[in-house]
Amino acid sequence: MLENLKKGLFKTRASLKNRLDMLFGKKEIDEEFYEELEEILLSADVGVETTLNIINSLQKRLKEEKIRDLIMAKEILKNLMVEKLRGGEQTFSFSPSDSPLVILVLGVNGVGKTTTIAKMAYHFNQQGKKVLLAAGDTFRAAAIEQLEEWTSNLPHTGLIKHQSGGDPSAVIFDAVKAAEARGIDVLICDTAGRLHTKKNLVEEMSKIYRVCGKALEGAPDEILLVLDATTGQNSIAQAKYFQEAMPVSGLVLTKLDGTARGGIIFAVKEITGIPVKLIGTGEKLEDLQPFQAEDYVEALLY
Amino acid sequence: MQATFQKLKRKGKLGEKDVDSALREVRLALLEADVNYKVVKKFIASLKERAVGAEVLKSLTPGQQVIKIVHEELVKLMGESQSKIVAGDAHPSVIMLAGLQGSGKTTTAAKLAVHLKTKGHKPMLVAADVYRPAAIEQLKTLGQKEGVPVFSLGKDDPVKIAQEALKSAVREEHDYLILDTAGRLHINEELMTELEKIKSKVNPKEILLVVDAMTGQDAVNVAETFHARLEITGVILTKLDGDTRGGAALSVREVTGRPIKFIGTGEKPDAFEPFHPDRMASRILGMGDVLTLVEKAQTVMDEEKGRELEKKLRSQSFTLEDFLEQLQQVKKMGSLDELVAMVPGFNKMAGKKGLKDLSLDEKQLVHVEAIINSMTRNERLQPEIINSSRRRRIAMGSGTNVQEVNKVLKQFEQMKKIFKQFGGMEKGGAKKKKGFLPF
Ligand SMILES: Nc1nc2c(ncn2[C@@H]2O[C@H](COP(=O)(O)OP(=O)(O)O)[C@@H](O)[C@H]2O)c(=O)[nH]1
Ligand SMILES: [Mg+2]
Repeated sequence: MLENLKKGLFKTRASLKNRLDMLFGKKEIDEEFYEELEEILLSADVGVETTLNIINSLQKRLKEEKIRDLIMAKEILKNLMVEKLRGGEQTFSFSPSDSPLVILVLGVNGVGKTTTIAKMAYHFNQQGKKVLLAAGDTFRAAAIEQLEEWTSNLPHTGLIKHQSGGDPSAVIFDAVKAAEARGIDVLICDTAGRLHTKKNLVEEMSKIYRVCGKALEGAPDEILLVLDATTGQNSIAQAKYFQEAMPVSGLVLTKLDGTARGGIIFAVKEITGIPVKLIGTGEKLEDLQPFQAEDYVEALLY
Repeated sequence: MQATFQKLKRKGKLGEKDVDSALREVRLALLEADVNYKVVKKFIASLKERAVGAEVLKSLTPGQQVIKIVHEELVKLMGESQSKIVAGDAHPSVIMLAGLQGSGKTTTAAKLAVHLKTKGHKPMLVAADVYRPAAIEQLKTLGQKEGVPVFSLGKDDPVKIAQEALKSAVREEHDYLILDTAGRLHINEELMTELEKIKSKVNPKEILLVVDAMTGQDAVNVAETFHARLEITGVILTKLDGDTRGGAALSVREVTGRPIKFIGTGEKPDAFEPFHPDRMASRILGMGDVLTLVEKAQTVMDEEKGRELEKKLRSQSFTLEDFLEQLQQVKKMGSLDELVAMVPGFNKMAGKKGLKDLSLDEKQLVHVEAIINSMTRNERLQPEIINSSRRRRIAMGSGTNVQEVNKVLKQFEQMKKIFKQFGGMEKGGAKKKKGFLPF
């Protein structure tokens, strides 16, 4: 698992690779050490405030425990960062009832919602689960076709769609009803990309969420917000605004196969409390993994 | 943020420490706006050089002055507004779009086509993203809606698609060919090579990197690599309708040196605008309140000074003292030509009157100052009394010669004459916009 993740994450960080190792290979923990640590964190989009927080906590701990040993310092730093991300590791729990697990997926434009949905469907199919997808993006040109194309490659995955330009909540309502009727294990609902700043579109999303609950009590079981690892500080605003509209239960961090490291999730977790549950590490169906805080921090730092 | 500048406000002078503390805030602001930390570092260093020892304009507090400098430098860094698509001699002119996954290439391709179409051109779109499911259908749907033909060969080799599209565009006499390529990671060797191949086969006049305005620190890596492989000609910044501060714009601009040509501000095909460096600079800096303050302070000063001067000109009491003051202002503001060009209605007239005689370089200005300073107060107020013996005395006193004194007096007379004429014209009609002179 670890090897796998490390392979997927931040593939060619030649210049940054082992920078921290080098850093910790130094003899002293001095001003320069903290400066370099600051650079590493900033360049990973951890953000100024969180970066300073992490460094301050590290400084405090090292002082309190009178630690001068660099290997121990490294452990402390890692643990400190891992602690900040804890919470999302448990995978989705299937309720004992026979009603389907309903997952709602949302996010801004182009972050990878539809691709992630296809990957999740593939993952559940692999576990022998029957999956249904809802083509809730009725806005973007050919968004329905995109989902259709993915579905055609998945043997145990069906699709509920309306026409392009239709009411997305109506699609979702039908899909939930169909999932119930057909004895489906997992229903995953795609939605159109929307900026969190567009009131009417966020309202539309809230409506989709409410309709889910009307169609099936307790639905949705999961509301996943997809964040693009390439995005900088704006991810905080995205998480905050969407959380105001509905109880987002988890994050999916996509595009970790590039050189972006998505360090903004520290701040997002701290501010919203929403944990990362899944990560996307490519464009293929297999490129989806459960989030492991330790592996992530290791990959981010080393 | 505000607090720092309030603090600075109470001090008269701007020391190195003050600049440092102000720039610390600026650094934070830029990092929070997602400007790459290396770019920030470099920028702050150059700012410090400029800010320390810089004169503080009379109407500005030192803190405002720092922000003014920061803003000016940001605008400069952002480059000129160059929202134009370059056309080649050959028809069609090929425009290739490239960028990461999800950056908005397909939508941008359609927007660009609409933009060109409304300018009377005949563009054609090419569906060369054969990887993402339904990317071809997406472009076809958009093209159909906007009445722009879309060339497609289905999921064939993108290099071949581009070549065939070019042939087809020649046949059908399109003047622009817009290539929508698949999103790809800059570290994907195979796909980057594919772009290079397409480039070599269809010879694009424009290679535009499409960048999501929300991009974080990675923007430099992406832009650097795409530019190194393709030599991009410009950048299109998308999704600026959100609340991102858009620091990626600065990062990309800094590492490629290429202009940002357009911005995307929505999902509809007409949500496409020319890039404005000053607006982007303000957005990234995120200090709208301070900037507004600076602007206001400046306008107030402009108007006051302008009114004062205008009154003098009207009453024809423009003296050598005023002349000297104006010249000193000029020294602060830039060249005299530039200054005159900023006066509404004055530009044309100045051309006729041959203002060339009035242009001065720094060294001359020092001489002019010395000459005027060597005059008595009476001489300055009534230059007609300056006879040849007075001229000799002034020349000696100022360490110049009589010719130079003559020249200054002539320049003064000329300026006065021109101003007088202008004043008359003003009275006669031609409404002016702001203050008389912009300082
Ligand atoms: N490299 C990479 N690309 C991804 C990943 N997830 C999605 N993408 C790509 O990002 C683009 C946008 O994805 P899409 O699912 O259509 O985004 P949506 O608009 O949020 O539904 C597509 O080109 C995807 O192939 C990922 O984990 N890594
Ligand atoms: Mg989608």
